[in-house]
Amino acid sequence: MSALPMAGAKSATVTPPSVSRTRALAFVQRSLWSLASVGIFVGIWEFCWWQGIADPLMLPPPHMFLANLPEQFRFFDPAGARSLEEEGGGFLSVLVVMGWTSLRVVLGLTLGFVGAVGVGLAIRYFPVFGKLTLPTLTLLTPISPVAWLPVAIFIFGIGNLPAIFLVFISVFFIIVLSTLSQIDAVPAPYMHVARIMGATKHQLFRHVILPTILPSLFVTLRLNLFAAWMVVLIAEAVGVGSGLGQIVMMARNTFNASLVFFTMTLIGLLGFAFDRGLLWVQNRVLWWVGPSAVGGK
Amino acid sequence: MSMTRPMISLHKVRKVWNPDTPKALTAIDGLSFDVAPGEFVVLLGPSGCGKSSLLYMVAGLEMPTEGELECDSLPITGPGTDRGMIFQEASLYPWLTIAENVTFGLKLQGVFPEKRQRIARDLLLKVGLADAATKRPDELSGGMRQRAALARALAMRPKVLMMDEPFAALDIQTRAKMQGHLLEVWRASGASVLLVTHSIDEALALADRIVVFTSRPGRIKEIVHVELPRPRSPRDPRCIELQLRLADLLADEVDRAFAEQEASI
Repeated sequence: MSALPMAGAKSATVTPPSVSRTRALAFVQRSLWSLASVGIFVGIWEFCWWQGIADPLMLPPPHMFLANLPEQFRFFDPAGARSLEEEGGGFLSVLVVMGWTSLRVVLGLTLGFVGAVGVGLAIRYFPVFGKLTLPTLTLLTPISPVAWLPVAIFIFGIGNLPAIFLVFISVFFIIVLSTLSQIDAVPAPYMHVARIMGATKHQLFRHVILPTILPSLFVTLRLNLFAAWMVVLIAEAVGVGSGLGQIVMMARNTFNASLVFFTMTLIGLLGFAFDRGLLWVQNRVLWWVGPSAVGGK
Repeated sequence: MSMTRPMISLHKVRKVWNPDTPKALTAIDGLSFDVAPGEFVVLLGPSGCGKSSLLYMVAGLEMPTEGELECDSLPITGPGTDRGMIFQEASLYPWLTIAENVTFGLKLQGVFPEKRQRIARDLLLKVGLADAATKRPDELSGGMRQRAALARALAMRPKVLMMDEPFAALDIQTRAKMQGHLLEVWRASGASVLLVTHSIDEALALADRIVVFTSRPGRIKEIVHVELPRPRSPRDPRCIELQLRLADLLADEVDRAFAEQEASI
């Protein structure tokens, strides 16, 4: 009786060579399109420079700001990396600066995600807590993280903390509200099944609600990743004194357009890598939501 | 059957949704009947007649507005592991393997993993899913998922098994297979079954007794005994006779339900 459906199920788990080849082909195709997309963008830019429309002082084309890398590296002063003594320069210090910025983003995102999901669960678990906190949380949600910048500096001073705090703020409120709407959208049969089997309130939250909502909350986190990246750069420019944001600001102040665009390139690549990284975690750890439900692979 | 103590007993049960509001809706009114231990009772009626509401009340997920429900002579005040339930959608948890799904209730009770594993193996063998233990729900067909849900309900050794249109989402061939499977499992378990359906054929294939509901508010229109040996052939003249009778009973109610729906628009 199970012969037919079993055959169907097997083909879903075991990947025949032809399937992996099709996948590889699709990957190559995607990469070529990406290359073409970036290529056209760069091409137009270079063309504008060649025609004299783009002033190389203000809009230096990629071949200029990517040409003299050691010259660019000189400005990457890992002042935030207190373990290193060098006064900038070299590929390593670029990596260290990128690492510090990434670390601030990772810490802020992690704290924001864990804290927000925890608060969201608590709001639904303890109704009184929910009634007391939810109105305030809803009022605070629309406030731009940038508006929190002075507050962050007042509280934490200059350093890493205000940047981490801003990243935290940029995801926290949104994920709290998202947690609530996800909890309310847990399919009724999921709850019924557990209740019929005698689940306590704690067990319902731990074994049914949390695993049900985590994948979509992770998608929310991914969607807000770029917002977090924007915020950390602002925080670094104003309240940290190191990191990629500080370099962009310093480049602006010294009218070094080349450095501005070089750093912007790094920021774009890092943000992209982060998005891919989160997607990987999502597909590995939270595998039970298919790609169709989470918006693209 | 009148000699034995009923497993489930309903007395003048009434359920009103959104009571004391303009949207108040009486789903069930004045419903009384008993289910004997080991009896297979099918609740048959048009959609929206409150059959499922009744099931949810027996499960303890909903409380009646009036009337009494008892299971094994004890009033029903909430869900209990003596009453298992299977839903239209298998509602297996997608983050657990089939074996973990089957023993989910045992895990909640704190049963040790080794014992859970053994029980899962036995049950999956019983429902014909021995190879599927480590698979995920989305790797199984609809029929296999429902069998896993059946195994999950059996894991709690319920005295009553409730099923809310369990085969409605399956194709006809799979459905017939599943019905045969259910009868086997039911006989082996000795549990009472309360199954909701709107399919006359399904009711005739399975039931000892068919409780025919009126359209909303759900009342008992008639109780039909099916004293035919299983497996029953739909071509059996006695079966055809019952089928026609049930169709007549239902037709009135479906017409009424339709008229009501149209009037409310």
